[in-house]
Formats: sequence, C-alpha cells, structure tokens
Amino acid sequence: MSSSTGVRGQGPGTRGRRSEVKGQGTEVDYLVTSESRIPEPRTPNPESQIPKSPNPRTQDQLRATNIHKSYHKGPVEVPVLRGVDMEVRRGEFLSIVGQSGCGKSTLLHLLGTLDAPDRGEIHYDGRRIDNLPAAERDRLRNHQFGMIFQFYHLLPELNTLENVLAPLMIRHGTWSYLARRRQFKCKAKELLEMVGLGHRLKHRPRELSGGEMQRAAIARALVTKPCLLLADEPTGNLDTSTGEEIIHILRDLNDRRNLTIVMVTHDRSIARQADRIVRLVEGRIAE
Amino acid sequence: MYKLLLCLRYLRTRWIALASIISVTLGVATLIVVNSVMQGFTGEMKNRIKGTISDLMLESCSLSGMYDFDAHAERIMQVAGDRIEALSPMVAIQAMLYLRNGENTIVMPVDLVGIDERTQSKVSDFGKFLQHPANRRAMSFLLHEDGYDVRDHQAGDEAPPREPMAGAGWKHRREMARFREFQEKYLQRRQPQSAPPPESSTPPLSAPTRDPFAGRLPEEEINRFDPAAEQHAGIVLGMAMASFRTSDGVDHFRVLPGDDVKLTTVTVGQPPKDTSDNFTIVDFYESKMSEYDSKFVFVPIRKLQKMRGMWDPTTGVGWINAIQIKLKPGADGEAVRDLLRAAFSPRDYVVSTWRDKQGALLSAVDMETRILNILLFMIIAVAGFGILAIFYMIVVEKTRDIGILKSLGASSRGVMGIFLGYGLSLGAVGSGAGLVIGLLFVRYINEIADFIAWATGQPVFDPSIYYFYEIPAVVLPWTVFWIVCGALAIAVLASILPARRAARLHPVEALRYE
Repeated sequence: MSSSTGVRGQGPGTRGRRSEVKGQGTEVDYLVTSESRIPEPRTPNPESQIPKSPNPRTQDQLRATNIHKSYHKGPVEVPVLRGVDMEVRRGEFLSIVGQSGCGKSTLLHLLGTLDAPDRGEIHYDGRRIDNLPAAERDRLRNHQFGMIFQFYHLLPELNTLENVLAPLMIRHGTWSYLARRRQFKCKAKELLEMVGLGHRLKHRPRELSGGEMQRAAIARALVTKPCLLLADEPTGNLDTSTGEEIIHILRDLNDRRNLTIVMVTHDRSIARQADRIVRLVEGRIAE
Repeated sequence: MYKLLLCLRYLRTRWIALASIISVTLGVATLIVVNSVMQGFTGEMKNRIKGTISDLMLESCSLSGMYDFDAHAERIMQVAGDRIEALSPMVAIQAMLYLRNGENTIVMPVDLVGIDERTQSKVSDFGKFLQHPANRRAMSFLLHEDGYDVRDHQAGDEAPPREPMAGAGWKHRREMARFREFQEKYLQRRQPQSAPPPESSTPPLSAPTRDPFAGRLPEEEINRFDPAAEQHAGIVLGMAMASFRTSDGVDHFRVLPGDDVKLTTVTVGQPPKDTSDNFTIVDFYESKMSEYDSKFVFVPIRKLQKMRGMWDPTTGVGWINAIQIKLKPGADGEAVRDLLRAAFSPRDYVVSTWRDKQGALLSAVDMETRILNILLFMIIAVAGFGILAIFYMIVVEKTRDIGILKSLGASSRGVMGIFLGYGLSLGAVGSGAGLVIGLLFVRYINEIADFIAWATGQPVFDPSIYYFYEIPAVVLPWTVFWIVCGALAIAVLASILPARRAARLHPVEALRYE
C-alpha cells in the first residue's frame, strides 16, 4: 500500500489496462491497485462477493479470484487456468478433482505461491499473497503452508528425521536451530510416530516404501504447524490400500486438529473422503 | 542450517565432485613445492651473494686505482661513519693461474683479488667460507700444520667426507718436497750430464722468502729455498678450481693446501707488462656459488700491490681498486650509497650496493618464480573450469531437490548459498589436501629426490651442479596462505555460475523435473 489509494481505481494507468480485460465488473476491487508490484492487469471478478474493503473479513481462509495462467511452449501460449474462482474455508477438507492436464496441480501451485498467476488474485486470510515479494512468499510457505506431493519429494541425501526437520532448518538460522535442536527433534519424532514411522528415523528415502515416504512427507509438512495443507495427488503413486491409509491420516488430521486441507486428485473415490469437492474442467471450476 | 547440512551431505555423497577437486589439490601442492624450492634457492643464493660481496663497494674508475686507503677510509667515515661497521681495501685484477696436477700443468683464467686478511672477514663472510677452523676465526696467509676440515663444515652430515684434506698443510708440503727431492735424485742419476736447475722439482720459484712482504719486487735472490720448511706468499683458491665434484657428491682434489701455484698478471704501468710469482695454497674458499668458487683467488693485498707496481716504496702507501664497506645492522644501504655518491666524484668513483651488483641475477630468479606462479595458477584456473562443469551437472541433477527446498520455503539466496558453500567446501577440501601433500613433499623433498633417482637411475638433483648437497626448501607461511586463498577463490568463483542457475530455478519447473 504505497502509492495510489484512489478508491475508484481510476488511475490513468489502470484504465487502459482494464479495457483489454473482458470482465467489466465493478472497480471496487481496484482498491488494491497500489499493492500490486506485478505488471499483470487484474481482472475484476464479475460475480465477486468481495466486500468493498481491501481486507475482506470472511471465514474463507484462502480465496482465489479469477485466476488465469498459461504456459508458453515456444511461441505458443497454452492456457491452463481460465478464470478460476474458488475459496477454501477454514477447517475444511477440500478436494479438487479433474482430469489429467486440467490444471489442478497448477492451481495448487498458485495457491501455494510456488508460482504467480498471470491474472487474478489470491488472498490468504484476507491478505493478498500472489504478488508478495519473493522473500515474503518464502516465509509464507515456510510458516503457514504445508505441502505434500505425488512423488513425495523427500531430499535423498537426508534421512527421514532430517527430512522432517528440513523446514525448521530453513526457518531458523544455524545458531538458533542448534540451540533448540533437541526440542525440534522431539517434535519431529512425535510426528513420525504419529504417521507410523517411529522405527524408520535413520533411513534414507530410497530405503523406504512409497507409503512410508508419503507419510514422511506428511510429517515434514506438519512439523512447522501449518494452517493449511496443500496435497498434490498424495495417493497418485500408491496402491489403493496404501492410498487409503494416507487419506485416512489426512482425514484424521482434519478431524482432530481442524487442519484445513486442499487436496488435488484425479481419483473420485479418494476425493469423496473430503468434505467438499470442486471440479476443475478445462481451466474453470465446474459446479 | 540446512545449507550447512546439505553442503556436508553433498560433500560426502558426490564423489565425482571430488574428482574435480583433485586438480586443485595438485595445483596447490605444486605451487607450494615450487615456491618453497625457489624460495630456498633464492634465499641460499642471496645469502651466498651477500656473503661473497660486501654491502657496499666504492670502486675506482681509473686503471691505477685510488691512492691511499687510509685517506679514503677517513673520508668515508666522515660521511657516514655512524652507519658503517667495517671497511676493507681490495685490489682486483684478471690473472692466469698455473696448477700442477701430477705431471700436467693446468692453466685457468681467474679473478685475482688482493685482500687485507685482517679486515676482509669483517666486511663479508669470507672467513666463514674457509676450510681451516683457525682461518675461520682469524684469517692468516700462513700455511697451517694440519687440521683442515675433512667434513664440509657448511653442509650437514650427509656430505661425503673429503679424505685428502686430512693430510693437507705442512705435512703435505713436506711429503711433496721429499717426493720431489727423490724424483730429482732419481732423474740426476739417470741423466748425470744434464745439470738440473736447482728448483726444478717444484714449479719455478723466484720469491723464496718466508715473509713475502719483505724485500723488493721482483726478487732474484738465489737463496736456497727449502720447500719443506718455507712457503711462498699465501693464496686462497676457490674450491671449484682445486677440486671437482662427481655426481655422487664426492670431491676430488687436484691440489691441496701446501701445494704451490703460479700466477701471472699485469702491472699497472703503461703499457702493462706481465708479472708472475709463486704462491703457496694456504686454504680453499667455498662460497657454494659455483660462479665464485671457480673464479676467485685471494692473495695478500700488499703482495699484489708490489707485484703490480701499485705500491710506493718510499712512503709505504699503496693504490687500491676498491673499498668494501660493511654496514651496521639495519642501516639503509641505498641511503649510504647516495651519501657516498655525493661525497665522491662520480667521474672517479663508482658506489654500488650488493643489490646493484647482483640485481640482475636476483631479479631473474624473481621473474622465474613469478612466471611459474602464473602458469601454475592457470592450472588451478583450469581446475576451476572443471569444477564449473561438474557443478553445473550437479545443479541439474539436484534440480528437484532445489524445487523441494523452495517449496519448503527456502529462499533463492539460501539455495545459492548451498552451492556456493559447496564450492567453498570443495575448495577447502582440495586445497587442504594440497596443502598437506605440498608440505609433506617439501619436508621429504630430498628423500623423494633420492627415491626418484633410485627408481629411474637418473639423478634428480646433482650436487656437482648446485654445490648444495640437499635441495634447499623454505616454506613461507604467507605464500602458502595466499596460495590456499587463491585456490579457494577459484573454487568459489567457479561455483558462482551454477549456484546462480540453481537460485534462479523456478520452483514449479524444478519440482516437475524428472
């Protein structure tokens, strides 16, 4: 919030841009103009219920508004997301389903600030996050989000315990980490016990089975006490029964700890475990 | 913390990277060895040069030299007496030296130097280079009975003993005299008709006086000279003239103290005339600078002045060519030189420091060292490119890990830090190993040289060339420090590019990377 705070957002710079945008919605959401550091024009959301305040007080934990994202393959632009609107409520277990290539993972990456949308906005706890400076986004990922992936993405050089501790190592400097090492280790062990890996602390990822690796990944995602867990096809690489176990763990986390979970999957039976299902078809949310 | 942990893990698990660091190791080790040996040689050479010539030299430009050492000395002391420790006069001239070696006579051109034996050792290390302990304490041109060093006192115990020196001195002289007498008698009996000249046994003798300073020059007395009891004027020969060294380090002597030699040089008159005289070897001079040891002979300055007509018999004052000046410790040679230059007209006198005289040699060695350093650092730079290539591969291999770290909230700078730290630690491991290898090599350089000589049958270090028995090596801590710093810097520089690439990887693309 540095420069133009024009309520109507009628700055000469914005108008020109908006003319190329098909959405003709109210100018209200341009309140946030000044906040933007990214050059992409943000499209006002036609059916948006965003209140006229830059800091919407809703119980939505995460809100994506008119997200557009395309990839460039040489000169060809391949649109992946074409105006996604969705919100994640606090404490819900949401699953996003869709066919392969419909942009589920891309959406999840955008929600997790691993990537920035071409257009549209993402708000987390009412604060816009898609255009934050890189350092802020890194902090957000480390402090607020936990992520698990289809291919587990454990660091092969570290053992299970170290993998789980990695986010804490990233968060803390060397000295403050070493000072609280014991405490962190206790916590990590506790989490690994919880996911049933208490006996595998010193094993390298390649010595673990897929299910075990995914459980280690869950423990790693939880070690920072995140407010939101983003899961990208967590069962995609596992057989049905192991996948069930993983989903069971996630379900349990949601039930007992009230952890908000957004899970992307193409498997409907897995998706059915969630509180709410959002279908993504051709880059849009299908109701 | 994660940077440190991952650095260490990569270091332990990526052996291929260690392959790239071997070149750094070898580069560092070679640099240390080369610098140490060069430093050893330069230091040794500097010491020897400083030992052979005095700090400062005041030379006369004229052929006949400067008249009256005392007057000049007084003037010098007036100008810079507070910084001068000692002065010594010198007469220097080219000469021919005749050595008897068995039945042959060897002729060699030499630099004949007339010195004052009482002061010469004060202005240079002249005394230290002599072979008789008494001469080292107080030089004298009189032959000693015996007691010449059998072991080279400047070398360690590894130098082979010089057996013939045990018999040198009056002992040798008497033996030789007896031998010549016997030879003479034998020849007389065989050829009774031809009356042999009285001094035929020894090299032609003409100055048969015990005290070479008494009497006029040239002396044509037919006083019977007894070689077993008398000596000519003393002469100190350069070691390399009197002996030669085989590659096993053993010295073979042509002559010994006690033998007589003949010198021919020229007088100062116009035109110069030749003048010859006999001398008795009283000692050998071994500075271990083969250039000096094979060129210089020293005789008493008075004797030389008389031979060359540089002495005024009426006043007893002589001419000299140069004054050697020894400075007090810490005195600035260049400043004193400039003072003397102001005091003595440059038309008649040349004032120079030892550096001025030997600067070309020293700077040549310095330049060699510099060029070697540049070349060897290029080797390390080549190693740097190897590191760069291998690092690039490692970054590509670790693309997914980078994506994971970023998804966990690691910053781009953090990721860059991992790889820079990795480069630094590889450099540290490489140059640390190089440091150890290099220092061990320098420590055991002579053993290694011996081993290589044994294994290949080719001597690596030939003591007959360098006149050292061992390879001199001096490790300068600062040089080592800079070498290691340079190697580390190259390793870090080589990892900057891959590290930047790692930092710039887009997390999503990195995660998708298979």
